[in-house]
Amino acid sequence: MAETSGTSGASIELEHLTKRYPGAAEPAVDSVSMEIKAGETVIFVGPSGCGKSTTLKMINRLIEPTGGRIRINGEDVTDIDPVRLRRKVGYAIQSAGLFPHMTVAQNIALVPRMIGWGKGRIGDRVEELLDLVGLDPGEFHGRYPRQLSGGQQQRVGVARALAADPPVLLMDEPFGAVDPITRDHLQDELIRLQRELHKTIVFVTHDFDEAIKLGDRIAVLRERSHIAQFDTPEAILTNPADDFVSGFVGAGAALKRLSLTRVRDVEITGCPTVTFDDPLQEIFNKLRSSGTHEVLLLDGRGRPYKWLRRGDMMRAKGSLARAGTPVSDTVTRDATLRDALEAVLTDNAGRVAVTGRHGEYTGVVDMETLMNSVHELLEADRLEAMEHQHELEEIRADRTHAEQEGAVGGGRTA
Amino acid sequence: MTFWEYLGSRHQQLLADAYQHASAVFQCMVVATVIGVLIGVVTYRSEWAGNLATTTTSTLLTIPSLAMIGLLIPGVGLGVPPTVIALTLYGLLPIVRNAIVGLRGVDPALVDAATGIGMSWVTRLVRVELPLAWPPILTGIRVSTQMLMGIAAIAAYASGPGLGNEIFRGIASLGSKNALNQVLAGTLGIVVLALLFDAAYVLIGRLTIPRGIRG
Repeated sequence: MAETSGTSGASIELEHLTKRYPGAAEPAVDSVSMEIKAGETVIFVGPSGCGKSTTLKMINRLIEPTGGRIRINGEDVTDIDPVRLRRKVGYAIQSAGLFPHMTVAQNIALVPRMIGWGKGRIGDRVEELLDLVGLDPGEFHGRYPRQLSGGQQQRVGVARALAADPPVLLMDEPFGAVDPITRDHLQDELIRLQRELHKTIVFVTHDFDEAIKLGDRIAVLRERSHIAQFDTPEAILTNPADDFVSGFVGAGAALKRLSLTRVRDVEITGCPTVTFDDPLQEIFNKLRSSGTHEVLLLDGRGRPYKWLRRGDMMRAKGSLARAGTPVSDTVTRDATLRDALEAVLTDNAGRVAVTGRHGEYTGVVDMETLMNSVHELLEADRLEAMEHQHELEEIRADRTHAEQEGAVGGGRTA
Repeated sequence: MTFWEYLGSRHQQLLADAYQHASAVFQCMVVATVIGVLIGVVTYRSEWAGNLATTTTSTLLTIPSLAMIGLLIPGVGLGVPPTVIALTLYGLLPIVRNAIVGLRGVDPALVDAATGIGMSWVTRLVRVELPLAWPPILTGIRVSTQMLMGIAAIAAYASGPGLGNEIFRGIASLGSKNALNQVLAGTLGIVVLALLFDAAYVLIGRLTIPRGIRG
């Protein structure tokens, strides 16, 4: 395998990959061929028992294929030592699979230790990874898995998979066992990570919404891992290949479209902000000069804390501690428009604060911005679909034309 | 002569017997643990091999200890050899069974994860499966030790070492004035030894079971 730099993935090619269990009439996975580009996130989605997990596990040969080839970055890995292969392919599973008798740091350090990194380098790497997945190294370093919440365990699981900086990351329903809110956060985190790392990720899920949110391309699989459609989320939503795919996409394609766009892609407006240290007079001035009727109070670390309105200030008799409405919900720049819409709808003033990586304030999204963006999106989709339709018609017309010509030509030579 | 006077006058002999008793049990336990865990490691993955190992060792346990030693004497003679062989064989069952149960009880997802991140099967066994199976294995070792404490007393029948000699001497001279004292001293000595060993195991458990999986 060519040595890949730390920030780029490797391409994966599956060629007629097949798994046949002895005694079974039909193969569990039947001749899957696909090409996954370096740095791409590909999601395998399909009903339970369709062989998506088996296909994934054949990539690191946890399940040995009975036919076909696997190539990673052009190198045929179908017959190399599986242990050597797996150390270059990160692997994260449902419920994290952390070893309960090892601390968080020991769990993350496993692969680097096995490939013989020095102590100092491993230590630095563990700290770096904990920070990367959003856990405070000082606090979590020495904890045991059972002392962590499900979401935290999953973060450590991802950190462990990334430990030796493998170009490829395989994820087998990693967020299947956590609650919906945590899952949402973990998905956002993964998107952020992937933007920094550009790994090649193959991700298995049965949740189509998750697939839309995370995937650069989605492979919708039917039984025996036959590929029903392998395309971008936009294409699958607007142009499902057949009834199976559209059945899987389900109702509400327009709403799902919202999951494809991120807060970062729409216009984030600002709003006046103040901190606890600002004198009251200045806060009043800001309120008056900004033309809006509220300002956002940030806490000591720059995170949104409270919305302050003019009336609030009067009622609280100038005490910041008592004034205003606490900020109930925020979204990150990686959150989908769907999340943002949810937050905006539940907020009584119809806006939500956008936060950065450490929860610090970066802007505001409001109802108007969302509506405009959605209209634009749907309009663009409609145009694209029409164009596609048009192309299809042209091809069909060409074909009919050619056939007619062919018939005439045939008549001439006869 | 009261029991206490008896203890006072024979304490050197008793201590020597107690030491030999403890030493025999300890050494046989080490051997039984190594063999038992090995059998467990070799057989736990296969349904029939694991069951065969458990059945064989439990069949061994049904042989009365006196008969077992009696059967061994023609082959290996008197003294230490039959004692060591019998104790080791008897010590196997709880260890083999708990090793198999413990190793089979490791969450398959963890085994999958261990293999998936690139552990060879030896690494996986040593770093993941055995540490996770260690608490039940240690329980097996504890049970074995308690059992061997009693069985070791029978070894005196084959001129083996230990506190059994005291008991057998007492039984042989029933009616004499020290007979009861001898039996009592031997028996109580074994009980005390068993308690001391058990305390040691609690300590070993504290020291060797990782904090992350301690109950």
